[in-house]
Amino acid sequence: MNTQTMNDIAAHQSAIVDGPLKMSARNVNVYYGAKQAIRDVSIDVTMANVTAFIGPSGCGKSTFLRTLNRMNDTVASARVEGEITLDGEDIYGSSMDVVQLRARVGMVFQKPNPFPKSIYENVAYGPRIHGLAAGKADMDQIVEQSLKRAGLWEEVKDRLVESGTALSGGQQQRLCIARAIAVDPEVILMDEPCSALDPIATAKIEELIHELRGRYAIVIVTHNMQQAARVSQRTAFFHLGHLVEYGDTSDIFTNPRETRTKDYITGRYG
Amino acid sequence: MSNPGPKDTVQRKPTDWKSKTMRSRIAKRYRSERNFRGIGLGAVLLSAGFLTFLLYSMLSGGLGGFQQTEVKLPIDFATSSLMIDPALLKADKDAALASADIEGITAQAADKAYGEDGSRLLSDGAWLIVQDAIVADPEILKGKTDIWVPAASPLDTAAKGSGDAASEAVVARLEKTGSIKTMFNMPFLTRADSTDPTMVGIWGAFKGSLLTMLVTIVLAFPIGVLSALYLEEYAPRNRWTDLIEVSINNLAAVPSIIFGLLGLAVFLNFMHLPRSAPLVGGLTLALMTMPVIVIAGRNAIKSVPPSIRDAALGIGASRVQVVFHHVLPLALPGILTGTIIGMARALGETAPLLMIGMRAFISAPPTGLTDPATVLPVQIFLWSDEVSKGFIEKTSAAIIILLAFLMTMNAIAIYFRNRFERRW
Repeated sequence: MNTQTMNDIAAHQSAIVDGPLKMSARNVNVYYGAKQAIRDVSIDVTMANVTAFIGPSGCGKSTFLRTLNRMNDTVASARVEGEITLDGEDIYGSSMDVVQLRARVGMVFQKPNPFPKSIYENVAYGPRIHGLAAGKADMDQIVEQSLKRAGLWEEVKDRLVESGTALSGGQQQRLCIARAIAVDPEVILMDEPCSALDPIATAKIEELIHELRGRYAIVIVTHNMQQAARVSQRTAFFHLGHLVEYGDTSDIFTNPRETRTKDYITGRYG
Repeated sequence: MSNPGPKDTVQRKPTDWKSKTMRSRIAKRYRSERNFRGIGLGAVLLSAGFLTFLLYSMLSGGLGGFQQTEVKLPIDFATSSLMIDPALLKADKDAALASADIEGITAQAADKAYGEDGSRLLSDGAWLIVQDAIVADPEILKGKTDIWVPAASPLDTAAKGSGDAASEAVVARLEKTGSIKTMFNMPFLTRADSTDPTMVGIWGAFKGSLLTMLVTIVLAFPIGVLSALYLEEYAPRNRWTDLIEVSINNLAAVPSIIFGLLGLAVFLNFMHLPRSAPLVGGLTLALMTMPVIVIAGRNAIKSVPPSIRDAALGIGASRVQVVFHHVLPLALPGILTGTIIGMARALGETAPLLMIGMRAFISAPPTGLTDPATVLPVQIFLWSDEVSKGFIEKTSAAIIILLAFLMTMNAIAIYFRNRFERRW
């Protein structure tokens, strides 16, 4: 544990304000065919916090993230057991519409994946398919507000008609965040959002995560432990499909209860 | 972390990059690169040469087909025995012309103008032109008039410089009096098949091809694309879909005449659709084209990056929205490429259409999908079988029309493909 990381943690832990419970997972098991990827994971995600999932490659953190908005439904062999709720409602229950769920629980992916359409269209697509905008002026406002919240407005306001794929990698990722924000989600899931970006673009995204924290519950999967320490208030350490330890980020990084956690964050493996 | 790695067991000499074997090795590598480039260039030049030869032989043989030799025919209707009532002609054309021996009058006029065998200089269909002239302007019946009519086939070829000696002498004689001329053969573009090469036209077959292609694309494109989308985006991966995939791949390789037999059995014998019709031709060719579109479509859909699907699903698009808003537009250029290939093959197809009766002799252009018709490749096949020399250049001319049709069709498809193409 180096001093820089310690300082990072110290800077943000004072800001912990536990919001209301947003999502809750109880005894979740995920299988891909016969292979079990997630074993008996229970976790709570609260509002106004950033929850980081860390762990070595293949530990199931991304898989678990994708069960939170049922993106695993697209994998034919995937099977989820246990209970995951959003505001107390079972997201795998029959009363939950998967399309609405994904609007309420937005997602940002590892590789920036803007649509090969204009910047405006990228942001406007979600509100359009959910019928969130009443007319052109309203849509313009949603697009502007989303891009502002994603910290991209100043850079693209004069070229909204240009293709989203013409932006730089970091800008593309912020565009993807704007796209997720545009449908007014409650939770934003981020799957290693900075792994394809350079350090400057990464810093911008991290800054953005801080700004978004008050408004949304954010769950971020990251390989980078410094990043977890910098951006999150809660950290969950996954290993071989188990949730080994889950707690305040300061506790996980400075005073882990489990040896496996300690070994991982001190760079013994992973 | 320092990792010493396994210890070397054999001591190897340091590599001498300047040794003789090394140098000859490099020379060999450059040589093989040069050879490969030469062979590739040679292949390109060879195919370009064949293409040039094809175009040259088509154009040199076929351009004459667009030219028509005409002979001036002076007719004196006033002294002829022709009995046509101009009033009746306006009211009921067929009744007025029924008893009139225009054919005889035409032959007489020719004999009078050009001697004993004068009528032999004219095309068998020359009297039809005279008849058309009368219908167009009944006033000419009152006096003498000159009508330009198509020359007989031997004269036509002689005038274009490839006829026999006797005909060439006749052409030379007529040229002196200015009663023969060669001009653009407009009727060739507006008429249908005929037994006389000077009277044939390509419009019947062209329209037949047009209608047939219309039926083919209207059926094959949507069904093919929807099948491809379903198989790629919705169908579960199991033994049934594997079986379907293998079947589609096999269907694409089935000889086209088999599809003709299928069309004969299903559309004609079972469903009793009209014989020789563009509707049946189009249905048969659609069956043949569909597997090609399905295969190209599936490949195009497969090549749409999964991250785009994730992105759309991630903000709450339904499966149908993902498919129609993102996957299909991105796959469309590839699908259109496959469609071009399939349609081009269908346009040039002869064998299956022979099976469903589209090789019949049809002298009127089709007016609808159920009218008897023929198509361009079948027309070419039929004309190339004719013995009369006049058909040779007509065959080449028809090939030029077919190639022009093909290029226009492809150009339209390529235009659409480029419009839909998106840069990443």
